[in-house]
Amino acid sequence: MIPSAFEYLRPQTFDDAINLFAQHGENAKILAGGHSLIPTMKLRLAQPKVLIDLGRIADLNYIREQDGKIAVGAMATHHQIETSELLREKCPLLCEVAPQIGDVQVRNRGTIGGSLAHADPAADWPAAILALDAELEVAGPDGARVIQAKKFFVDLFQTALKPNELLREIRLPATSKAVAYVKFAQRASGFAIAGAAVVIRPESKAVGIGITGVAAKAYRATASEKKLEGQPLASENIAAAADKASNRVEALNDIHASADFRKHLARVNTKRALELAAARAER
Amino acid sequence: MTTPKRYFGKPIKRVEDPRLIKGIATYVDDIKLAGMLHATVLRSPYAHAKVLGIKTDAAKALAGVAGVFTGADVNAKCGLLPCASPMPDQKAPKHTVLAGDRVYYAGHPVAIVVATNRYIAQDALDLIEVDYDALPVVSNPEKAIEADSPLTHPELGSNVSFTWSLANGNLEEAFQKADRVIKQRMVHQRLIPMAIEPRGCVAQFSQADGTLTLWTSTQIPHLVRTLLPGMVGVPENKMRIVAPEVGGGFGSKLNLYVEEALCSHLSMRLGVPIKWIESRRENAMATIHGRDQIGDYEVAFQKDGTVLAIKSRTIADVGAYLQLLTPAIPTLTGLMLTGCYKFKAMRMDVTGVYTHKMSTDAYRGAGRPEATFVIERVMDLIAADLGMDPVKVRLRNFPKRSEFPFDTATGLTYDSGNYQGALRKAQQVGGWDALVKQREQARQAGKLFGIGLSTYVEICALGPSKIMAAGGWEWGCVRIEMSAKVTVITGATPHGQGQETSFAQIVADELGVPMEDVVVLRGDTASAHYGRDTYGSRATALGGTALIMCVQKIVAKATKLAAHLLKSKPANIVFRDGKFFVKGKPKNSLGWRVLAQEAYVAKNLPRDFEPGLEASSFFEPKNCTFPFGTHIVAVEVDRDTGEVEVVKYVAVDDCGHQVNPLLIEGQVQGGIAHSLGQVLFERAVYDENGQLLTGEFMDYPLARAKDIPRYIMDSTITPSPSNPMGIKGCGEAGTIGATPAIANAVCDALSPLGIKHLDLPLLPEKIWRAISEAKVK
Ligand SMILES: Cc1cc2nc3c(=O)[nH]c(=O)nc-3n(C[C@H](O)[C@H](O)[C@H](O)COP(=O)(O)OP(=O)(O)OC[C@H]3O[C@@H](n4cnc5c(N)ncnc54)[C@H](O)[C@@H]3O)c2cc1C
Repeated sequence: MIPSAFEYLRPQTFDDAINLFAQHGENAKILAGGHSLIPTMKLRLAQPKVLIDLGRIADLNYIREQDGKIAVGAMATHHQIETSELLREKCPLLCEVAPQIGDVQVRNRGTIGGSLAHADPAADWPAAILALDAELEVAGPDGARVIQAKKFFVDLFQTALKPNELLREIRLPATSKAVAYVKFAQRASGFAIAGAAVVIRPESKAVGIGITGVAAKAYRATASEKKLEGQPLASENIAAAADKASNRVEALNDIHASADFRKHLARVNTKRALELAAARAER
Repeated sequence: MTTPKRYFGKPIKRVEDPRLIKGIATYVDDIKLAGMLHATVLRSPYAHAKVLGIKTDAAKALAGVAGVFTGADVNAKCGLLPCASPMPDQKAPKHTVLAGDRVYYAGHPVAIVVATNRYIAQDALDLIEVDYDALPVVSNPEKAIEADSPLTHPELGSNVSFTWSLANGNLEEAFQKADRVIKQRMVHQRLIPMAIEPRGCVAQFSQADGTLTLWTSTQIPHLVRTLLPGMVGVPENKMRIVAPEVGGGFGSKLNLYVEEALCSHLSMRLGVPIKWIESRRENAMATIHGRDQIGDYEVAFQKDGTVLAIKSRTIADVGAYLQLLTPAIPTLTGLMLTGCYKFKAMRMDVTGVYTHKMSTDAYRGAGRPEATFVIERVMDLIAADLGMDPVKVRLRNFPKRSEFPFDTATGLTYDSGNYQGALRKAQQVGGWDALVKQREQARQAGKLFGIGLSTYVEICALGPSKIMAAGGWEWGCVRIEMSAKVTVITGATPHGQGQETSFAQIVADELGVPMEDVVVLRGDTASAHYGRDTYGSRATALGGTALIMCVQKIVAKATKLAAHLLKSKPANIVFRDGKFFVKGKPKNSLGWRVLAQEAYVAKNLPRDFEPGLEASSFFEPKNCTFPFGTHIVAVEVDRDTGEVEVVKYVAVDDCGHQVNPLLIEGQVQGGIAHSLGQVLFERAVYDENGQLLTGEFMDYPLARAKDIPRYIMDSTITPSPSNPMGIKGCGEAGTIGATPAIANAVCDALSPLGIKHLDLPLLPEKIWRAISEAKVK
């Protein structure tokens, strides 16, 4: 890789990171796993003057139970999530999404925080975070705040993070095993052309559906969710709900898939994910 | 080949692998010389533009920059890039090393920076200001030959680069008399070879003795040494080309590239070694591409499935320039167009067309995959048209085993073949009947299940010198060292195919020595004085034979020496298992150790006997070889997403006698992986502005481990009469045989919906659309 020159900073605490980020402002980029940032630096599309590496901040890398929720630190890698016993028990959707990201090398370096902050429209995590109704804790020089997942993704590569804020933690509700993620991958990059994450909440007879890859930002398939509210998960109901998974969505259109195909795949994968989750609910 | 074979035919592991797997092999980028500077090439972002001016002052002023050079600085000193396969009516632009006042494709080299390291060189590149005036872009080769098209190279007056025709037999009569005629257009998409190691070179000019050494990631150091001296003004005998470890070529490094000339020139000019390493993006946009033919095909046949004639009008998109072999690629398509079938007549008309894109040239299979794809799709189309079994259509048109050597309608003579045998064996090892039953059941269950078949033949061991621009022989040298270790030098330049192993097997057997005692040298013109290198699956058939010839000379010489030492006559000497003895007295034998010492110490030699035990040979083949085989594939297509899953893969290949079946398996497997890519997802995409949209692995997919099905592999053995070992070659068999087999399987899966043909790549969306449209009908 032949990037342009940059200064490399390695804070030891989260507060130091916030301070350094505030100090260097626009010239700085946060470095997490580097697996989205470094490819752009390689092509010199990004030329940050300063890199602030979060890699040594011990209290950013954890997966733990906390006040009845599961808290995942921003620097938890895809691999750590994939192999977490706690998540497998309490929030299995994450364990289903993680192994569908990239390959082993990517999963060993890439982090959930980096992925969410980057807000690639084809990344996998956003679908899961939306379906789960997660909360994201962010912090900046003015203190910390919590953003709801559905408010976090703003547009193509744009989040609700303020320019000087960092993502610190993702908080997830415990769920049953009735979850699923079904993805149609772009052949070359492995990112999603259409990924559908489903969470069935038997207690409230509701489902959460998050869809990524299809539009400029990941979204909740609310029309599909409504259609299933209070309904038994019979296959006719599932089919009818999945049919609405890309209603009124302005889909992306590129050499890898047309807008039509993306919308079609959103429907197909929503149906498949619902069926899979429903089958798991019965077990 | 008198002694029993200890190594020949054995699946011996590659001696080259440990160093490659451990990461301790030396590639070009591992070469670091004292005082070495780094070059980086500035490339045009436009596909077609006028260059109004280039400002290099800021770049030159950057600390660490040794020089910034534009076309005005170097073009007059570097000569023009050659095309070694010109066509009689060819019109070609001057192919200078850097752009002059125009650029002709996105990626066209415009300037080169030399600096103390790559980072500074890249920083300097960003400081160069080029004033471009964008011009209309020619991107579609079919539109390019319309009268009102803009011109790729205005000075040529036309976008037609060349035309080429091949015709044999009475075409008109065949089409008149035929019961049936089918027409089909087929598009052979543009592919990017994407060798895992991009190109790169290090040039070192010695002021002391005027020699130039060029380490370059190439398949053809010898051809580079033939072509480069004239370009940069260094005599051939002062030029040394080294191809160190090469991380894949597949034809993309069977070329002479501007960077090789530029680095050579700049090393001479600046008096220091210069290194240039290509980035992945440059590799995608500025290393040759493959395929890109569009053909209209017409075939005439009888009701019983007998084929009569085939004709084709083909447009070959050659890109902006003719590289080394660009025009030759579609001619190979023409020569192989009739496949392994008895046609009475054929005609192929090719128009080579310039567009504002990277050049096309030889990519794994080089023209032959196009031919095989066409003829094997055509066989299935005929079967579908007549409601016949595709196997029966093929069997009806094969030449019999006894008809070899077989003269084809294209004018070639196939050396040997047993097409029925390979087909039968593939059906047998693949469980054909069970597969057909499986298809029936799958279809009844509403699944889209298909079986595809390809019975292919290819042309290899290129070739007799009469058909090759710079000679088609191969050279080798064998030396028994004084310690009786054996040094083998081949001109065939294997670069990953495994001949360091297979050549050691061949020579060890012939000399009766342990394989471990044999070292195979390759890829350096200082040791391998002559050679014609590796392409067209030629190295073992030709280079291996040259080595056999060397061994024969050495054994004859050693026989004389042994006779002298044993006080007998050469005619009475027997050579067996590495030992020379007088007939009937095997106990009193001489081995290589004694003979080598005597030969070099040279105190007790026969009269008129030259010291030493070394021989070199050129082997000139009489004909090419024609490997063949049958591939059978079963696929299932996902109705909802259009995704294709390969359920079964059977490959039966016949490449004649096998020196090392493990190497052959590896070659064929690699080739099939390329085919999977070509059939299912690979394609170079340029937009209408000539921008390459698939210039990174983010957008250009290659087959990965998880895409590879479990292979059922077997072979038949039909020796080639074209060389003494009966070898045919297998480097491209996979790519040639597999592509139509997989495509036929997908088309078969879709056939219940009335879908007859789809062009490659068979992307899920394309299949989904075809299914949706079929439902509507
Ligand atoms: C070959 C390959 C294949 C891949 N395949 C997939 C795939 O299939 N699916 C998928 O979803 N992803 C895929 N990825 C992306 C991968 O998951 C990345 O790791 C991820 O998107 C970014 O995480 P990171 O930790 O590497 O972040 P980085 O690249 O380090 O950072 C990404 C961006 O987020 C910012 N950032 C990072 N952390 C924070 C923080 N805590 N607060 C604020 N800003 C922050 C950075 O400044 C940067 O702008 C792939 C990547 C590669 C290289």
